Amino acid sequence: MPDATPTSIDRREFVQWLGGGILVVVNLPMTSVLSPREGAQRRQRGYPEDINAYLHIAGDGSVTLYSGKIEMGQGIMTSLTQEAAEELGVALDTIRIVMGDTDNCPWDMGTFGSLTTRMFGPAVRAAAAQARLVLTDLAAQRLGAPRSSLTVENGVVYVTRDRSRHVSYGELARGERITHTLNERAVLRAVEEFAVMNRSPRRLDGHEKVTGEAKYAGDIRRPGMLYARILRPPSHGASLTRVDTAAARAMRGVTVVNEDGFVAVLAADPETAEQALALVDAQFDLPAPKVDTESIFDHLVRVAPTPDTPEREGDLAAGRRRSVKMFDATYYNSYVAHAPMEPHSAVAEIANGKATVWSSTQAPFSQQETIARAIGFRPEAVRVITPYVGGGFGGKVPGQQAVEAARLAKITGKPVQVCWTRAEEFFYDTFRPAAVIKVSSGIDAAGRVVLWDYQVYGAGSRGSDVFYDIANRSVRVYGEWRGAPRGMHPFAVGAWRAPAANSNRFAAEQQIDMMAAAAGVDPLAFRLKNTKDERMIAVLEAVGTASGWEPAVTPQRTGRGRGVACGIDAETYVALAADVTVDSATGAVTVERVVCAQDMGLVVNPDGARMQMEGCIAMGLGYVFSEEVSFEGGTVLDTNFDTYGLPRFSWMPKIETVTVPNNHLPPKGGGEPAIINMGAVVANAIFDATGARVYRLPMTRERVLEAMGSLE
Amino acid sequence: MTDTIRFTLNGTPVTLETDANRTLLWVLRTDLELTGTKYGCGVGICGSCTVVVDGQAVPACQINLTFVQGREVMTIEGLAQNGKLHRIQQAFHELGGFQCGYCTPGMIMNAYALLLEHPRPTREQIVEGMERNLCRCGAHKRIVDAIEEASHA
Repeated sequence: MPDATPTSIDRREFVQWLGGGILVVVNLPMTSVLSPREGAQRRQRGYPEDINAYLHIAGDGSVTLYSGKIEMGQGIMTSLTQEAAEELGVALDTIRIVMGDTDNCPWDMGTFGSLTTRMFGPAVRAAAAQARLVLTDLAAQRLGAPRSSLTVENGVVYVTRDRSRHVSYGELARGERITHTLNERAVLRAVEEFAVMNRSPRRLDGHEKVTGEAKYAGDIRRPGMLYARILRPPSHGASLTRVDTAAARAMRGVTVVNEDGFVAVLAADPETAEQALALVDAQFDLPAPKVDTESIFDHLVRVAPTPDTPEREGDLAAGRRRSVKMFDATYYNSYVAHAPMEPHSAVAEIANGKATVWSSTQAPFSQQETIARAIGFRPEAVRVITPYVGGGFGGKVPGQQAVEAARLAKITGKPVQVCWTRAEEFFYDTFRPAAVIKVSSGIDAAGRVVLWDYQVYGAGSRGSDVFYDIANRSVRVYGEWRGAPRGMHPFAVGAWRAPAANSNRFAAEQQIDMMAAAAGVDPLAFRLKNTKDERMIAVLEAVGTASGWEPAVTPQRTGRGRGVACGIDAETYVALAADVTVDSATGAVTVERVVCAQDMGLVVNPDGARMQMEGCIAMGLGYVFSEEVSFEGGTVLDTNFDTYGLPRFSWMPKIETVTVPNNHLPPKGGGEPAIINMGAVVANAIFDATGARVYRLPMTRERVLEAMGSLE
Repeated sequence: MTDTIRFTLNGTPVTLETDANRTLLWVLRTDLELTGTKYGCGVGICGSCTVVVDGQAVPACQINLTFVQGREVMTIEGLAQNGKLHRIQQAFHELGGFQCGYCTPGMIMNAYALLLEHPRPTREQIVEGMERNLCRCGAHKRIVDAIEEASHA
């Protein structure tokens, strides 16, 4: 491919650059797709506001879909291609997808929030459906038959009644240099007609990933490339007071950079760079630590900003008066790391006034802007290319490593790779925030929830919405994870797979469970009794059926327990049921089985959706049992997986997943919902097994034992 | 210091003139440009860099070139033969035993050594054998399924 393409996409130039053929751009009404903030960003950047997907049909019939989204394991390379293939009427392997390349792809805010399938998917389907219209119109002229008399199969347009008369997409595109922007809304194919969507082909990234051919940012090699290691402070908030790089400079083949305290060593191989860094003698001033792993919770409540009140209905005082039983509880969770297996990586190369940066990022377009600012280039002079990303989970948005690589490439004049070590990864992660959640609730004599007074500090609002039918309720949110007041957290925090929802559901679904037990009602029946939301009722009933739920009042205190929890995330409804055993001597909890029922609307790729549910359950076990960042002030004490434990094979329960059919609803999010209830479903099962409630995540053996001890 | 290092890499003899103390992982990834073997933790506890040396799974980040002198080293790039996937790769692909794919080469190489030792492992043996390999996306269930499937192929 040619290297330079117009960044402000001129459609005619773009199609010429593509070497002819037909380019279809979509201008769906953007109000439903973009927030005003995104729209403004896009305008500022000179990207067409009205385009969110391009599809190109070449003269050989091959089709390329351009998407600003990135593939980090969630499987959208496959599902987006399925959507395009379905609507265009071609086989899946006809389509190539180009993702996350700022020179070639339409502007995109970033791959997060389970937005791809529910927001970008419709644009892809529209683009492909409109392309089908364009091609069918061209075929109608070519074949001398009206559009209505034609059918499309596998990229060939036939006269329905005389199949000897046909023309292929490639023949139609050949010699054309046309760009179509259609405003006529093409009719999308109906579920009953699907041949590619709602099916589970093998993943398109599979072959490359099982052979080791898949390239990640750290696998990019450029001629003369240097490997960089950067001097890091021992603590957030530390300042460099003295640095001596003489010994590193004396090493053969080592380049040392010191630009206003940005100190890096570079060499032709990573081990030499590592050795050189060890020779850099630096001193830092450390601020006195103000908070640590244990004192953070009081701190969060103390420094909390004034709350937002996303929900306020009825009258809390009246709710208290009507309550025959009241429940007050406080829930806690610690900071949690993203810990993707691929640390942040980037390679930057500057040539002829243009910077090309390969970056492991969830947000190539915002990265392009950040890099441009850091090296004093115009954004158009920076191209960010996103190879496969080795896990993101919300942690690969800021892109500091790519900025570092670009700065070093500019300073040294050579291509530079920056791949963080695991210790750097733990240090610069934007952790899931620690949180404190206080809930006061009450039930009336009939076992109906009549009071819900909910306050969350640190985590944020997502997942705190009340879908139970509670007349007197209030939700107060003291600070979102985004834009938390300075000093609230001792280091950066950010989005972590379903941000805030994991914390909020841990609290809310235990509180509900607590009331069910006190009311003497089976916890599943209690939830059904207290909600009128039909989608929630459907997933609760589905999880009951799939798990073989037999109603019983908790706790049964047999050492074996069963829990249920539910929630809404990314417009998807999800309910989980879990079976656990608890060793009363050690506090060790084994999760034997997790059943997940999910209503995610129309499912583009059922097996891909199941993979995400399974992944959520497996990953969730980490924050449930072991994951907790230890720190003293700005010093992060965890530097590797020896002290920060991730879920392992032996922890895995039997996992069963069910999708509740809801084909009339467009596809909803699938990457995050199933993880949000993992804390509560396990806590509720522990309660059933032991009668003890664990209020703090992670539920380590010590905390489980302590909770059991407090019963005596 | 320059030493002469000879070993077999994916069935082909390799001779390197370099420092024998260098780490296999970085030599594979830089000098030999075989980037399928991944860095994950650097201390031999995540399994991302697993390669097979004389039939044993070892973390490439923990061994130097002296260790591989005269031995047979197999990396993910050497598993498929003439473009045909190895049955373990095939099973991972068919059953979806991966998501982001970054831990996958290490998983597959560890599974390869596991099946050399236990051609028909029980599920418990698979779990035990894979225990030190970390996957963050949560593909564990399908990885075990895939190894089981491959052992029956």
